[in-house]
Amino acid sequence: METSNHAIERASSVNSLSRRSVSSIQSKMSGGNSLKEVSVAELGSKRVRHGSSRGGDSEFFSMSLKEINDEDARLVYINDPERTNEKFEFAGNEVRTGKYSLITFLPRNLFEQFHRVAYIYFLVIAILNQLPQLAVFGRGASILPLAFVLFVTAIKDAYEDYRRHRADKIENNRHALVWNNGQFQSKRWKDILVGEVIKIKVNETLPCDMVLLSTSDPTGVAYVQTINLDGESNLKTRYAKQETLSRSPEREKIAGLIKCEKPNRNIYGFQANMELDGKKLSLGPSNIVLRGCELKNTAWAVGVAVHTGRETKAMLNSSGAPSKRSSLETRMNLEIVILSFFLITLCIVVSVGAAVWLKHFEDRLDSIVFYHKKDYSKGTVDIDNYNYYGWGMEIFFTFLMAVIVFQIMIPISLYISMELVRIGQAYFMVRDTNMYDEASDSRFQCRALNINEDLGQIKYVFSDKTGTLTENKMEFQSASIGGVDFSHTKASMQGDQVAYMVKVDGKVMKPKVTVKANPELLRLARIEKDSPGESYIHNFFLALASCNTLVPFVIDTSDPAVKIIDYQGESPDEQALAYAAAAYGYMLIERSSGHIVIDVQGEKQRFNVLGLHEFDSDRKRMSVILGCPDKSVKVYVKGADTTMFSVIDRSFQEQVVHATENHLHSYSSLGLRTLVVGMRELSSLEFEQWHSTFEAASTALLGRAALLRKVASNVEKKIKVLGASGIEDKLQQGVPEAIESLRAAGMKVWVLTGDKQETAISIGYSSKLLTGNMTQIIINNNSKESCRKNLEENLLMSKKLMPDSAIGSDAARSSDAGKVQLALIIDGTSLVYVLDSDLEEQLFQLASKCSVVLCCRVAPLQKAGIVALVKKRTADMTLAIGDGANDVSMIQMADVGVGISGQEGRQAVMASDFSMGQFRFLIPLLLVHGHWNYQRMAYMIIYNFYRNSVFVFLMFWFTLFTGFTLTTAITEWSSVLYSVIYTSFPTIVVGILDKNLSRRTLLEYPQLYGSGQRDESYNSKLFWLAMADTLWQSIVVYFIPLFAYWNSTVDISSLGDLWTIAIVIVVNLHLAMDVIRWSWITHAAIWGSIFATCLCVIIIDAIPMLFGFGAIFEIGKTSLFWALLLIIVVAALAPRLAIKVLYQYYRPNDIQIAREAEKYGNLRQVEQLEVEMNSMMTANQRR
Amino acid sequence: MENPDTSTSTSTVRRNSKRPKYSKFTQQELPACKPILTPRWVISAFMLISFVFIPIGVATLFASRDVVEIVDRYDSACIPANETDKVKYIQTPGDKPCNRTLRVPKRMKPPIFVYYQLENFYQNHRRYVKSRNDQQLRDSKEANSVSGCKPEDYNNGSAIVPCGLIAWSLFNDTYSLSRNNVPLNVSKKDISWKSDREHKFGKDVYPKNFQSGGLIGGGILDPNIPLSDQEDLIVWMRTAALPNFRKLYGKIEVELQENDVIDVALGNNYNTYSFNGKKKLVLSTTSWLGGKNDFLGIAYLTVGGLCFFLAMVFTVVYLVKPRQLGDPSYLSWNRNPGWH
Repeated sequence: METSNHAIERASSVNSLSRRSVSSIQSKMSGGNSLKEVSVAELGSKRVRHGSSRGGDSEFFSMSLKEINDEDARLVYINDPERTNEKFEFAGNEVRTGKYSLITFLPRNLFEQFHRVAYIYFLVIAILNQLPQLAVFGRGASILPLAFVLFVTAIKDAYEDYRRHRADKIENNRHALVWNNGQFQSKRWKDILVGEVIKIKVNETLPCDMVLLSTSDPTGVAYVQTINLDGESNLKTRYAKQETLSRSPEREKIAGLIKCEKPNRNIYGFQANMELDGKKLSLGPSNIVLRGCELKNTAWAVGVAVHTGRETKAMLNSSGAPSKRSSLETRMNLEIVILSFFLITLCIVVSVGAAVWLKHFEDRLDSIVFYHKKDYSKGTVDIDNYNYYGWGMEIFFTFLMAVIVFQIMIPISLYISMELVRIGQAYFMVRDTNMYDEASDSRFQCRALNINEDLGQIKYVFSDKTGTLTENKMEFQSASIGGVDFSHTKASMQGDQVAYMVKVDGKVMKPKVTVKANPELLRLARIEKDSPGESYIHNFFLALASCNTLVPFVIDTSDPAVKIIDYQGESPDEQALAYAAAAYGYMLIERSSGHIVIDVQGEKQRFNVLGLHEFDSDRKRMSVILGCPDKSVKVYVKGADTTMFSVIDRSFQEQVVHATENHLHSYSSLGLRTLVVGMRELSSLEFEQWHSTFEAASTALLGRAALLRKVASNVEKKIKVLGASGIEDKLQQGVPEAIESLRAAGMKVWVLTGDKQETAISIGYSSKLLTGNMTQIIINNNSKESCRKNLEENLLMSKKLMPDSAIGSDAARSSDAGKVQLALIIDGTSLVYVLDSDLEEQLFQLASKCSVVLCCRVAPLQKAGIVALVKKRTADMTLAIGDGANDVSMIQMADVGVGISGQEGRQAVMASDFSMGQFRFLIPLLLVHGHWNYQRMAYMIIYNFYRNSVFVFLMFWFTLFTGFTLTTAITEWSSVLYSVIYTSFPTIVVGILDKNLSRRTLLEYPQLYGSGQRDESYNSKLFWLAMADTLWQSIVVYFIPLFAYWNSTVDISSLGDLWTIAIVIVVNLHLAMDVIRWSWITHAAIWGSIFATCLCVIIIDAIPMLFGFGAIFEIGKTSLFWALLLIIVVAALAPRLAIKVLYQYYRPNDIQIAREAEKYGNLRQVEQLEVEMNSMMTANQRR
Repeated sequence: MENPDTSTSTSTVRRNSKRPKYSKFTQQELPACKPILTPRWVISAFMLISFVFIPIGVATLFASRDVVEIVDRYDSACIPANETDKVKYIQTPGDKPCNRTLRVPKRMKPPIFVYYQLENFYQNHRRYVKSRNDQQLRDSKEANSVSGCKPEDYNNGSAIVPCGLIAWSLFNDTYSLSRNNVPLNVSKKDISWKSDREHKFGKDVYPKNFQSGGLIGGGILDPNIPLSDQEDLIVWMRTAALPNFRKLYGKIEVELQENDVIDVALGNNYNTYSFNGKKKLVLSTTSWLGGKNDFLGIAYLTVGGLCFFLAMVFTVVYLVKPRQLGDPSYLSWNRNPGWH
């Protein structure tokens, strides 16, 4: 017993909690006992998550143990900033997020602005116009619009930059304590250098990335909050190395060398070595605290700066969201090409016309008074041509001038309008109270500003399960202990719900989260504590309370006698289990180095934690080795059933194992996350064996992870099953209804989860993803061949079941017609064989026949693979929604990525295009905002094409009557202002505010979403229709005045004014005809634009310096002008109105019907008419 | 699950809540009118248009028919028959008189406008239309600003006033009208825009160095009359919009009776022969709508008629095949698959 005890102490000193490197007991040990540095600390910071495999863990292990090459290393001499900084140019700690300085602002800002193709086009045209031969417009008129846009953008950029500079200044001038000349002196952040030793006090923010040297905690623990970095609010533990603990500069001069990797943006990774007194220690991510974190629950911490300023991980990570292009914009490029083709055609027509005209009059050009080819001003001898460069050149110049005059055929202003409209749409999405999440106090966020309209065309929704469909708030629901099921059934829940509490030192302590306890189990737990050795219940709860990495925090409440215990940890499952154990009287109340204190039914017991094998994704279990108060050594294991049953000793408890297995099955089919708990008592010999190998493994420099894993599997064997736990991950509010709506809207919902098949299927049922009348196809194979066979068979079967579903697009509609629906369930193992092989195609074929696809046990990269599989094969839009780091790849792969800002940190949000608090917000986002955005944007694009080309055609017709010389009747100012003032506001206002249907209607009929999926608002037909309309309207506007003024005294300016006003009225009324909702803003924009145009024309004509002075006043006096205006407007718009009416009346689309129903109140009638709609309606009402 | 913290922190959470403020604007629920094109509405609209347009069309047509217009093309007739090279003929200096006789078809009430009409003359040609300097025309101090006037900017080193091609090519045919050998007074007063006379052409700007270069383009100006009083120039400088145009020559303030014969003594000076430009002399009365042009009346009648026709078509179609507005059975997912 003596030896064993000694061993226990030693072991505990080595290990304590695995993460506390060395316990305080060590100091009592004789110095000769050469305890090597144990640096399992790296393992500590990883998430522990059971049930869902997290990829990358194993890579991570090996990574952290790699040696760092000297060339790649950064050498930091501790407490010697001079030496550190003499060789390498490390960045100072001054941060500059501002892009510009006073001097660089102009060139840099212009350079950045001209990254846009639109501006380059503007610029080239403006430059062309400056050539004297090509000067179509005056200098001012040609440069002003570009200058205006550049100026406004520059002002905006300058203001933003000013704010950044101001923020930087505040940040840089904060103070921190830096060791200097034998004491900690206050120093400004920006003066901190790499290698300096810095002291941080509680609640202070860290000024740079630093390696911890010592903390106020004797074991070197520091707690940090990383909310500024990754948004996770739980406390993270970081450790100082044992060797440096005592070396706080006040006590002893510290000098050493840290060799660390080059700055990178991985906030979860860090590798370095520290050379201290000739010893080499390895440093991992748990030894470093990062800039932007806050120190919590730790009085002070001392560390050495390793990355400063822009090299800190926080700064390296502060980049924007990825930029994507909306499909509408991509689609639009085709039409832009067509328009360019139009433009070139028009220019060619003008050039050819000019060529013929010049050829015809070539020999007489000189005597034509209005041409006057030769310059006679220098006398009659030696006469030069004036401004005539020969027939060929004249044609070439005509072509270029035509490009300048017709430039707005390419609607450059559209790009700017689109950006403004998207900002407006984003404003309304963010402000929507229906997408505000009360629980997390988070609004909807638009992180990507250029794919708003994609939200209206989604066909595939890929969803994560945990944290996305579910709340990721784990709740202990069921326990099977020793083969007896203690479920929290309805009946038992009415029992004892009183929070468990204990009295410690005269104070009442209670857990932060109360768990509804099963009274029967509660009673048994109280009884059995007297015979703890054998009791399943005792050991079960002891395992739950001890086999974890949680840290209990004692929080004061308003009542001084009551304290609350809060378990801080990174795994919600562990928290749920620990709270459950607390509720049954096994409350973990203290964790310090090497031991834990558990209050067992009111009696404080101290357990030595001798070793801890962390969870990893290969073993899928964790174990803890406890030295119990009765001097026995026990190993407690908990883990996933698949791996646990392989290490179980079935020999003596066949029945219990069997019963547990049955219970597990029933739990997982209820949708619970299950864990199996087991234990084994170690003999002293076994313990010694384990201990020596453990010690060797944890001090190994190479392959430590593998060695530790081996040690773990050696001790985790012949396990006695204690029982199993079932944790409920509650479905988020409104998820079933949301999924139902998504499917009714014709979207295919794929759920990708790391959970087990049974759990996934049961969640599928509870979320209404799967329904009773669905035929399930389950693909669950272990080899490529069987997988292929299975796929082929099912493909055949599905073809038999749904013979006409090959039509494809009608699948969504037929789904409501009561046909056979298929659900495909495939697991990760099969996916391994399918993805990146020739089976992909077959899987896609099969999946496209299924209305629901459920993928279980998938790894993060497989998620992206599945999205890619669909994206590659269809043009349909995909949306991925997820909340965790494991969803990042999928979110980035999909056309639209949505992040849930939930429990699992913010990586998903950071990678996403949109983020929100709840899954159910997907419904308002897609069905309402997406629908609106798509309709608005699609209409706006087509309208802008029309608006600009109708103006170009108007000028083109005139060119034909000017000897092909590109004179414009419309003043140059009006042609510049046309797309800026005359017609731009209404389209932007309508693009932001118009709603074709009310929110209520859109939610009631999710099928209306189909119009976006079928490209109903933007397609070639609509484009060509708009172009035909353009042609007609331009002809009407041009030729009616032409014939009316033929052979009359009308002058060019007057006619130009008539055309300007007529075209603006026509274009604005055209928009007015298509506006669906007339709010006062719409009225103001449309009528205001017409008014502003008249005002501008009047102002331009009131300037005596300008050519057209007085024209509008003269022509306005004639009744012909007004008569023409009236007939132009009516004749231009009547065909459109007639066709629109015919279409709306005899080929109404769904939106039209719904609009009418909305207006004439036929909704109630609808309810009676449609039987199958009823269920949906009620579902919506419930929400 | 109960969180003891919430009770204490609720109030602070409320205050700092990020919940978007509710307003009708931010929720996109501003009161709005949502018009729908119902058949009744559309039919009435088209009917209304036709009821308005057809009377207007009739009225304009009558107005146009009331206008009496005499058009006499004289460009080729005024070339002596023996001249083969018209351009050479017109370019030779000296008077080129020509006599024309016009018969008044109908009684013409004053004011009777005398126009010259040029055809195929591109006053809107890019080289031409910009060849002027408005500053110079306005301000006597700006006599030397001749930018844009090339090649008619300087003559022998000094600036031309008024410079530019437009002024240079001033129309210079002359007409003297007489009825029964009694001269008809053609008033040249107020034939230009008042605003032009007052603001665009300076009262103290006098023609200088004009038409003294190598090539004479057209009319000459009296250097002793300020530009603001040179109404022919002012009219000419209002460049026409289209290649066929009229310009006001003068006004006759007496009534002309039916079958009156008017003799025109014409000075044929202006060269349009090099580009086959026609020259016409026009005498015309005006209506409330301007000169003689049936187009507008026909256009109004056509549009009105078509709208009436559309209204009828819609009515018939509406009666034959009505559709109940907002009938959900038309929704695509409610139709049976073979329907569409």
